[in-house]
Amino acid sequence: MAVASFARSRRRAELSLGLLVVAVTVGGYILVALANGPKLPPNVAILLAWVFGLYAVAHLAVRRFAPAADGTLLPIAAMLNGIGFVMIARLAGAGRDYPQQARAQSVWVAIGIVAFVVTLIVVRDVRIFERYRYIALLLGIGFMLLPLVPVIGQSKGGGRLWVGLGPVNFEPNEVSKVLLVAFFAAYLSEKRELLTQGRIRIGRWFVPSPRDLGPLLLAWGMSLLVLAYEQDIGTSLLFFGVFAAMLYITTRRAAYIVGTVVLLVVGALVAYKAFGHVRVRVENWTNPWAHPNGSGLQPIQGWYALGSGGVAGTGLGLGRPWLVPLASTDYMFTSIGEELGLVGSIGVIALFMLFVGSAFRIAVDTVRPFNKLFAAGIATIIGMQTFLIIGGVTRVIPLTGISLPFVSYGGSSLIANFVLLAILMRLSDDSARAEPPAGALAGAP
Amino acid sequence: MNDGIRRVGIAVVVLFVGLVAQVTYLQVGRSSQLANAAANPRKLFADLRRDRGPIETADGTVVAFSAPTTDEYKHQRVYPKETAALFANVVGYQSIQHGTVGVENTYSSQLDGRTFDQQLKSLADAFANKQPVGTVVLTMSKLAQGTAAFALQGKRGSVVVLDVATGGVLAAYSNPTFDPNPLASHDSKTVDGAFALLTKDPDNPMLSRAWRELYPPGSTFKTVTASIAVQNNIDVAKTFPVLDKIPLPQTNGVTLANFGGEHCGGSLLDGFIVSCNTTFAQVGFDLGEKFATGIQGFGVQTAPPREAGSGIDPPIIGSTGPLPGTFQQNQPKFMQDAIGQNQVLVPPMQMALIAEAIANQGVILQPHVVDCVLDPNDKVVSRVGVQQYKRAVDPATAATMTQFMLGVVNDPRGTGTAAQIPGVQVAGKTGTAETAPGQKPHAWFIAFAPADHPRYAVAVLVEHGGSDSAEVTGGRIAAPIAKQVLQTLLSTAAPASPCGGQPGNP
Repeated sequence: MAVASFARSRRRAELSLGLLVVAVTVGGYILVALANGPKLPPNVAILLAWVFGLYAVAHLAVRRFAPAADGTLLPIAAMLNGIGFVMIARLAGAGRDYPQQARAQSVWVAIGIVAFVVTLIVVRDVRIFERYRYIALLLGIGFMLLPLVPVIGQSKGGGRLWVGLGPVNFEPNEVSKVLLVAFFAAYLSEKRELLTQGRIRIGRWFVPSPRDLGPLLLAWGMSLLVLAYEQDIGTSLLFFGVFAAMLYITTRRAAYIVGTVVLLVVGALVAYKAFGHVRVRVENWTNPWAHPNGSGLQPIQGWYALGSGGVAGTGLGLGRPWLVPLASTDYMFTSIGEELGLVGSIGVIALFMLFVGSAFRIAVDTVRPFNKLFAAGIATIIGMQTFLIIGGVTRVIPLTGISLPFVSYGGSSLIANFVLLAILMRLSDDSARAEPPAGALAGAP
Repeated sequence: MNDGIRRVGIAVVVLFVGLVAQVTYLQVGRSSQLANAAANPRKLFADLRRDRGPIETADGTVVAFSAPTTDEYKHQRVYPKETAALFANVVGYQSIQHGTVGVENTYSSQLDGRTFDQQLKSLADAFANKQPVGTVVLTMSKLAQGTAAFALQGKRGSVVVLDVATGGVLAAYSNPTFDPNPLASHDSKTVDGAFALLTKDPDNPMLSRAWRELYPPGSTFKTVTASIAVQNNIDVAKTFPVLDKIPLPQTNGVTLANFGGEHCGGSLLDGFIVSCNTTFAQVGFDLGEKFATGIQGFGVQTAPPREAGSGIDPPIIGSTGPLPGTFQQNQPKFMQDAIGQNQVLVPPMQMALIAEAIANQGVILQPHVVDCVLDPNDKVVSRVGVQQYKRAVDPATAATMTQFMLGVVNDPRGTGTAAQIPGVQVAGKTGTAETAPGQKPHAWFIAFAPADHPRYAVAVLVEHGGSDSAEVTGGRIAAPIAKQVLQTLLSTAAPASPCGGQPGNP
């Protein structure tokens, strides 16, 4: 009974926040049109129906299949997705690829919601990932290898990380992301004790035996190798960070962090020496003004976009975000920062912080080690990915081409992130049913 | 495990706080610097979107204005057809792809109404609902510029007319010229097409010949040589031998000849009136180092006039001549320099300044093409004052030189008789400058009038305009152009300038 009432309050929160999200998204779309004159966009009713309908489908699916799940994750993801869609639709006015992207994105969002619902339906029990962890590993690595397959593999912007099947282009690494985190959560929760305490004694220290650590390092090394071969530095870094975090959570041994950092530094140095495009990235980070009209154009224009936005922004539809190349994908964040200002850019970061915080909260609240690791892994992957791309475009760190979760244009990334969201919802639902958090009647934790 | 999860969570929060810090630094701390960076195209777009005041001539013709448009830039810069090409080199253009040049560039802030004075004045006007755009009034008149263009009759060359009292430029026409309208278009294909055509044109119509191109001045430079000689108390009564050529020292018998093998000599005045090369080569030799230092007083081989408010853009090119301290090793060069050849290279503007020096009792004023800026109520916001550029010679020397130049025009032997205007005393000097072998010489004429009360100083250059190697060529080709311009200006009452009366000395 307690679970049911608490679930109801969570769903109510989800619904009311969702209505707010729909209003903000459609409102933003109208504002973009108003920037060009006092005339409503002709298709605003269709958009309203579409946005509201998609949210309603997701919300009803949660009510049906994960009724006790956290009530804030879906609205936050939808808000981020809505901001991204408004910006892509706004960029459509600037021509180039953007009009086509806006049309495609509206379809991708729908497919993402379908993937969300299907995941909720199919994954009734997350233990399925635990049971088939090696299949997950093999599939994950298999997907990762796909771009290297001749004919279907495609190169774009210095990295070979695309697969083309007919008219649809796909980034398989986004799928691997989900599968590999699942594998690591399963493997680490199984070998927790052995990895923490160690089987072999060297002097005062016990270290894990190679037999326990082996598959982990193998999987890790292989995935990084494949990524290095595809020159997808962003995903490489992402995996590095996520696995280090998961190892640390499992064992609480700082040695793993130290070891990972050492490996990262060595890997970075090798990559810097070996790959020209890595050197370009680093030079663009330290001094883009060396080639203001060449490789440095994008980071410089990204800074100009943010600076021109100032605190309040130019207003939706009133800036010139398309002056930055890839304004809807890698540089989505500067497009938002230009038109919505510091308020908007900090708002986006805050939304991500809330999302990641909720996910970590699920990891803390849930009981089973696998569930904990899986939730923490997903939280870390979203958090890291956000940091890598926002830090990249603002030049806190070198730029690695990776999408801003839920916000950037791109189908595979959107679908993968909605699947991760569904898994988080499932984990949250499981945890709440087993042991409703204290004070749960107040709504979302 | 929860402990580990919390720590990783905290690590992620720390990273996010770092992002917030960086975003705040960029969007608050460096916002205005990044937003106004010259390389930020948003700034140019913003400038283009602003309303912008017109540019008009001293006689009230609008030569540039902003027309409202329906495209995203809101305003389109228009250069009215009648005067577009006439003023293109001076007014310039505002182009999205190729930047802003000319008065459009140097007075951009004033036209946009962004200067402190303009903003302050509009604050005071409580009902000012509009951007306080400025009107830039040129010193140039459509009459002077138009007459210059008409008198050149399509010949490649340049006419510069200066207001002797203020240093204001009345005309600075270069032929050929161009239409700036396609360059200011908002359609990038139109702009790029027009720009490509103009830059490929062998006649280089975008070159402001009046102040950006260097030419040998030929015998017009004898005005400078004679001035330095008079200034240095050379014996005016001294008689130079009558020669057809003069041997150059340090050369093993190379000679410098008079045009057409003519024999000439006599006094310095005689040499000036008939433009005798052998006489002036000798004067240059006699002056030696004094010649190299003397020309600097006229603005040659020294920093050219470059006054911030002049509105002249791109700036006046520096004239070249012999360097002080080089006479001993360069004696033959100095002798050729003295007749305006060899190392001496000047833009037509510089020759007009030299004429102005003689007309203005030895003083050269800072040349400027902008007179004042008006606010939307046509009140003067700022005015370009009269400023001295250099003192070339003493008033006494200038008075003597005026007599010399009058001789060139009035004496029956003079080379510049074609510049005579009934009822007006014209002081002038002809020039026929040798260029590359096989090329026709440049025809030059500099003048000022009326000689007793100088109002206008003129320099005329016709590129390769000489038809033969006679010294009279400059007089025959260039002098009539100067005459026509001076006659028109002197016979037409100038309308009152929107800037008010003549600016005083600051």
